[in-house]
Amino acid sequence: MANVLLSAKGIKISFGGVIAADGIELDVHEGENLAIIGPNGAGKTTFLNISTGYLRPQAGSVSFLGRDITAQLPRTITRLGIARAFQIPQLFLDQTVMENMLIAAASLHGRPSGIAALASLPERGEMGRLLDLVGVKEFAERKARELPEGRRKLVDIALALALKPKLLLMDEPTSGVASSEKFGIMDILTSALSKEKVTSVFVEHDMDVVERYADRVAVWSLGKIQKIGTPAEVLADPKVREHVIGI
Amino acid sequence: MAGRLTPITMAAVAFFLVAAVAPLFVPSWATLFALILAKGIVVLGIILLLQAGQVSFGHAMFFATGAYAAAFWGKYVGGGDIVLYLALGAASSTLFGLIVGLFVVRYREIFFGMLNLAFSMVLWSLLEKMFHYTNGADGIRVARPNLLGMAFTPETFQYVILYVSLLIAMAAFFGIQRYLDSPLGHMLRAIKSNETRLEYLGTSARRVLLFGYVISAFLGGIGGTLVAIIQQIATPEFGFWTKSGEFVFIAILGGGAHAFGAFAGAAMFEVVRFYAAAQLANAWQLILGAVLIVIILYAPGGLIGLRQRRHRSKAGGG
Repeated sequence: MANVLLSAKGIKISFGGVIAADGIELDVHEGENLAIIGPNGAGKTTFLNISTGYLRPQAGSVSFLGRDITAQLPRTITRLGIARAFQIPQLFLDQTVMENMLIAAASLHGRPSGIAALASLPERGEMGRLLDLVGVKEFAERKARELPEGRRKLVDIALALALKPKLLLMDEPTSGVASSEKFGIMDILTSALSKEKVTSVFVEHDMDVVERYADRVAVWSLGKIQKIGTPAEVLADPKVREHVIGI
Repeated sequence: MAGRLTPITMAAVAFFLVAAVAPLFVPSWATLFALILAKGIVVLGIILLLQAGQVSFGHAMFFATGAYAAAFWGKYVGGGDIVLYLALGAASSTLFGLIVGLFVVRYREIFFGMLNLAFSMVLWSLLEKMFHYTNGADGIRVARPNLLGMAFTPETFQYVILYVSLLIAMAAFFGIQRYLDSPLGHMLRAIKSNETRLEYLGTSARRVLLFGYVISAFLGGIGGTLVAIIQQIATPEFGFWTKSGEFVFIAILGGGAHAFGAFAGAAMFEVVRFYAAAQLANAWQLILGAVLIVIILYAPGGLIGLRQRRHRSKAGGG
């Protein structure tokens, strides 16, 4: 069994009467692509928010590489090696795609206070390589707001990869993308993750995507992990098919 | 911001050349241009914060700090030098900016603006009420200082302070351009666009804003010292909220998209005030108000925006 990168122990959180997590236990292993599926509002995104420091659990803990990161600030967790890509791409819309990437590079190397022009940073070549890796290099000099949604998603992921993370958490990487494009985007994405040796956790509603790209699937419902296993095992389970997938 | 707007940078160079040469032919313009440059330096600080989407309605506190640093030295120590006054104004406003900044950078938008206003009104009250130290509303006279030990006649001094202001304004203009092109400058703009993403890149948005805030306080202090030397007085009015409003007014007039907006706005403001006050002594604010309404309605990007719009329409029209 590969090393455990991220480990959630007894996570509990509720919002008013809605229980999003009720004693969640979940390990993410190095090198895998773990999909989290479940009904809307089940708490899947809440798990990403807790793991990246945006929310603090009411009970339980999260550790990364053996270090407790519960309730650390997002930027502290980012520096430890957990990056995040969002359901709605979070870019600096008034800046070019390359400027977005170079801001990430400057953040990673902890030298934003230098007086050299951003455009002349030595990481420019490396950022171009990452944009090429996710297939958006041709947009490098375009303002982020000029890009279509699908391309913005890829830039959002490239931004996360620019941080050289060990673990990437993605919220619905194919939402808002035309169904004809979703496999293309996932092919690019999984290939990039593999080349960069990045482990991933992704929340997803599209079962075709889950079946094709996940190594393991966790079913999150009623605040608990109802089932975890390979896509074949999980998606064949009649209860999962009835209550989560809705077939 | 800098590299892509070469025509505006060239306009800025032309403006600095006019400021250097025109007063040689019209002596009464020496003080006018010195004031334009000094206020432009302060407004550069406002424009810096606008990059992060934040408007300070209290920056007059740093302007007043710079002015009173020179005034207190003259009153309590005696004998002054422009370089010493500027060093005192810069140091005191930077320190004050750091202290106030630690509080205000936690807030955004209207809360940021109003908290700045609150701090500035506390300072204004202290300057008004601590009569024994500050002379209250009368203010403190700032005697004409030397420059590096050299004394000047009033006629010569107006040119000395003009060229000192010009040198500082040029250094501030190009320095701010450089800063806004640097990673930290881009991060400052990123706060306006997407602060959440900045945090998820591992950068503290508060620290980025604090750095920009302290620089803007530094510029406010330098501008305040220069104006106190030019007008030979520092009064609590320097720190009053209407003075802060004046700086925001100038920033909107000039346009926040480029550092030159600070000087274009200051020039427009002071020229309109200079001539409108001469023609309509009791109604110059009316004319300034009308100018601002026209700018907001027809050129929301300020004077700089007009230039950019013309540039774009030319490009679009082939």
